[in-house]
Amino acid sequence: MNMIEVTINNKKISVPEGITILDAAKSAGIEIPTLCYHTDQSVKANCRVCIVEVEGMKTLPSACSTAVRNGMAIHTNSAKVLEARRVIIEMILANHDADCLKCHRNLSCELQNIANQAGVRTNRFENVLEFKEIDDSSPSIVRNPNKCIKCGRCVEMCREVQGINIIEKIGRSSELEIIPAFGRYLSDVACVSCGQCSTVCPVAAIYEKEDIDKVWDAINDPGKHVIVQTAPAVRVSIGEEFGMEPGSIVTGKLVAALRRLGFDRVFDTNFTADLTIIEEGNELLHRLKTGGVLPMLTSCSPGWINFIEQYYPELLPHVSTCKSPQQMFGALAKSYYAEKTGIPVKDIFVVSIMPCTAKKYEAKRPEMRVDGIHPDVDVVLTTRELGRILKQAGIDFNILEEEKYDDPFGITTGAAVIFGASGGVMEAALRTVYEIVTGKTLDKLDFHNVRGMGGIKEAEVDLGGTKVKVAVAHSLLNARKILELIKSGKCEYTFIEVMCCPGGCIGGGGQPYHTTNELRRKRIEAIYEADRHIPIRKSHENPAVQALYDEYLEKPLGEKSHHLLHTYYTDKKKKDCS
Amino acid sequence: MKKYNLDLITRNCGKIDPYSIDSYIEIGGYDTVRNIFAQDCENIINEIKKSELRGRGGAGFPTGNKIEYVYKANITPKFLVCNADEGEPGNFKDRFLLENDPHQLIEGMIIASHAAGINKGYIYIRGEYNKAIGILEIAIEQARRKGFLGKNICGSGFDFDIEIYSGAGAYVCGEEFALIESIEGKAGRPRNKPPYPVSAGIFNKPTLINNVETLSTIPYIIREGAEKYTSVGTASSKGTRLVSLSGNVNRRGVFEVPFGISVREIIFNLGKGIPHGRRIKMVQLGGASGPCIPPEMIDIRLDYEEFAKNGLSMGAGAVIVIDDRHDILDILRNILVFFKHESCGKCTPCREGNRHILNILDKFITRTATEKDLSTLESILNVMTDTSFCGLGQAAPTAILTALKYFRHQFLLGIYKEFEIRNAV
Repeated sequence: MNMIEVTINNKKISVPEGITILDAAKSAGIEIPTLCYHTDQSVKANCRVCIVEVEGMKTLPSACSTAVRNGMAIHTNSAKVLEARRVIIEMILANHDADCLKCHRNLSCELQNIANQAGVRTNRFENVLEFKEIDDSSPSIVRNPNKCIKCGRCVEMCREVQGINIIEKIGRSSELEIIPAFGRYLSDVACVSCGQCSTVCPVAAIYEKEDIDKVWDAINDPGKHVIVQTAPAVRVSIGEEFGMEPGSIVTGKLVAALRRLGFDRVFDTNFTADLTIIEEGNELLHRLKTGGVLPMLTSCSPGWINFIEQYYPELLPHVSTCKSPQQMFGALAKSYYAEKTGIPVKDIFVVSIMPCTAKKYEAKRPEMRVDGIHPDVDVVLTTRELGRILKQAGIDFNILEEEKYDDPFGITTGAAVIFGASGGVMEAALRTVYEIVTGKTLDKLDFHNVRGMGGIKEAEVDLGGTKVKVAVAHSLLNARKILELIKSGKCEYTFIEVMCCPGGCIGGGGQPYHTTNELRRKRIEAIYEADRHIPIRKSHENPAVQALYDEYLEKPLGEKSHHLLHTYYTDKKKKDCS
Repeated sequence: MKKYNLDLITRNCGKIDPYSIDSYIEIGGYDTVRNIFAQDCENIINEIKKSELRGRGGAGFPTGNKIEYVYKANITPKFLVCNADEGEPGNFKDRFLLENDPHQLIEGMIIASHAAGINKGYIYIRGEYNKAIGILEIAIEQARRKGFLGKNICGSGFDFDIEIYSGAGAYVCGEEFALIESIEGKAGRPRNKPPYPVSAGIFNKPTLINNVETLSTIPYIIREGAEKYTSVGTASSKGTRLVSLSGNVNRRGVFEVPFGISVREIIFNLGKGIPHGRRIKMVQLGGASGPCIPPEMIDIRLDYEEFAKNGLSMGAGAVIVIDDRHDILDILRNILVFFKHESCGKCTPCREGNRHILNILDKFITRTATEKDLSTLESILNVMTDTSFCGLGQAAPTAILTALKYFRHQFLLGIYKEFEIRNAV
């Protein structure tokens, strides 16, 4: 690498040729404020907050988009820069609903942060905000155009990562808006509710629909037996909400915090993740034996289900009929658990803590009602909302002592934990299917081929003489590639795991803000770390799952399973937008 | 006698039938195309470089160097774009060339493409230029039939064809990257630079973008030689340029003038002065995004160096004369309404800035402004100039900034109380 010399704020430093002023300044210990910039996205340079002064240049270039040149003399805090930055931020604020105290993003807002950093104490500009309708038509996400700063991060996420492209910059000049096509409601366009837009939004222009108060109401209702389940991915991310290192595994603290909140029982979605493996594994074997539709596609990711229902309904027969672990849990809570404890179904209130916004939509599906009346799951909170409700309750997460999940849905395996990372469902399924088919014990439990951030990963396994090719895809752009492959008839895979969000659930749309690919990797590492430390690492060896079959379900794919654990899909193609 | 009006590149205008390629060929048109293929690309580029021709769209980049960049780029295909999106208010000289001498442009495009190794050209033309579009369509078809466009031009083995492309009428599409985005089928918004179009333009391929006037000048240079071209003009600015003269003058129109002519000569000798013997209040140079100068400055000569020395730029060559019946703030307001409408909305300063400028300007017009408004106005204007993403936002404040410099009293009149108090003392 060629090194060049630049001067930043009168200090000479040596930096690699070709890096941006922003990165060069960072290496000199200077954090230039940014707003539209996102490490995983293309450089947009449209907010102009990161402008700097370069000696000899007429204009103030943006640090995020300008490469350093040898001998460049850069000033990040000259009078001209400070004034320009402040004017720019004030102009953004003059067109922003700055009701910070009541805002979802209060204290996590990037605009609030840079305004504070720039020392904006007053605004010389007249407020020009024209209030527009807040779109809360979707059960998962809310779009508040009054907060939008037009950075375009959500647009890039929706288009370049998810390949959905339902929001776009429309209009120009001061009328520029970021809206769904033709200004429709989110519920009227082919949005998959993945919420990835909300993870990259620097402000509260697009955010998860907050259901915290519903949870408080249930907890404080003495007539309700309120139980909570926690998704695999939450235990490696919730710590970030409390300032812990990304990738911290905080399972025990999470359980303790939920008990302090007042839940009657704290359970683990991992339990039904194991159950999913048994059901889905048997479904796969059944399809293989009976010449069913192959390749079989996994069904745990609700954003992915929304995607295939709206964009590729003709391929729905490929999707496993298994409900997602969240819904399996709710269905069992309101049947098996209700019977076992003698609590009437109507009094059981199921809350899920999920890394996901699409789970909110999934829980509201009419087909997801245990007895046709009561929803499997009553309320879904995202990881971010969990952080907020814990803060509301004044719980000091950091000093909580670790506690254990309640029985009977508390015993879990390593196979269930890895559901949280892309490739995890596949790996868990292979651990079980291999042993069911061959009757032999698997010596090497780790399937490294399907792990990590690669877009489409593949592996080949020998199932007692038959070689089976499997694939793993995450993010909907890659999902689309897989589906097109199936459509073309050239797909050689037998079983395919698809996760809607990049990196899998650890990168879900409900995960803590400031998620980047680097952070996703850390969470993934933590997931596999957790797997290694759990004594039981195969779903079919979970004693509680075995007991559930013995006591209640009788057998995989049995009648009770069919009723409680499986579902159906419908063609939801929106004729004019998907 | 000093010659004010030359005809290096407008010699055919009004003399030939723009609908007939034959009338162009009769007077020697396309002769250069017949001979050009015998020459090395480097020779052609060198001749253009020697002519010191600079981009006539406004930025004034040396044309020969631009062609050379594309010539040296070893990525194919390469594209040529003739920027005919003449949207700058006050400019109509490209339209004049397009409507009167379309084949000269096509000839220039063929030469430039041959020199740079380009096989595909676009004419990105403003949607409102209906007549010009019709003329160009016919001209291109005629040139194809005569073998000047298409495969194996004049038996040279060189292929080149032109496609006419019209956007949806946005002013910002005159900005080279917004134009490229538009050709690619996207909304017209500028891209990050670098890379520049010469290395990554249309579909990220090397792209040569030149203005109509620039490309129309190339046949003259190749035919008559750079030496003859540079015999006209000044030490720092060679040749001629087209001036669109409009506003309060007796004779408005497009004039081809030698560099070195003064703005006064343009107004009084070519434009025959101000109607009814009125006085000049201000002159705006270049177009809506250009500077406003007071009558005391009109002896400034059309010369890149002289303009730069005075902190001015001549843009696309418009000269807009405003006489003393008009209120400067009204004129500025009109200009700002235009920019507020035409900003693409991509970057904060331009998207948000124009409307605040307009709001504040209105206070001055209704004489309800304060001293603080004046300082806020100056802040936005400077910040927009310094930090906007593209040339549109950077140039939009020019008119007001120069007006603040040369006509400050007009603003002070708009300040309520303070001014009265000052007057009373």
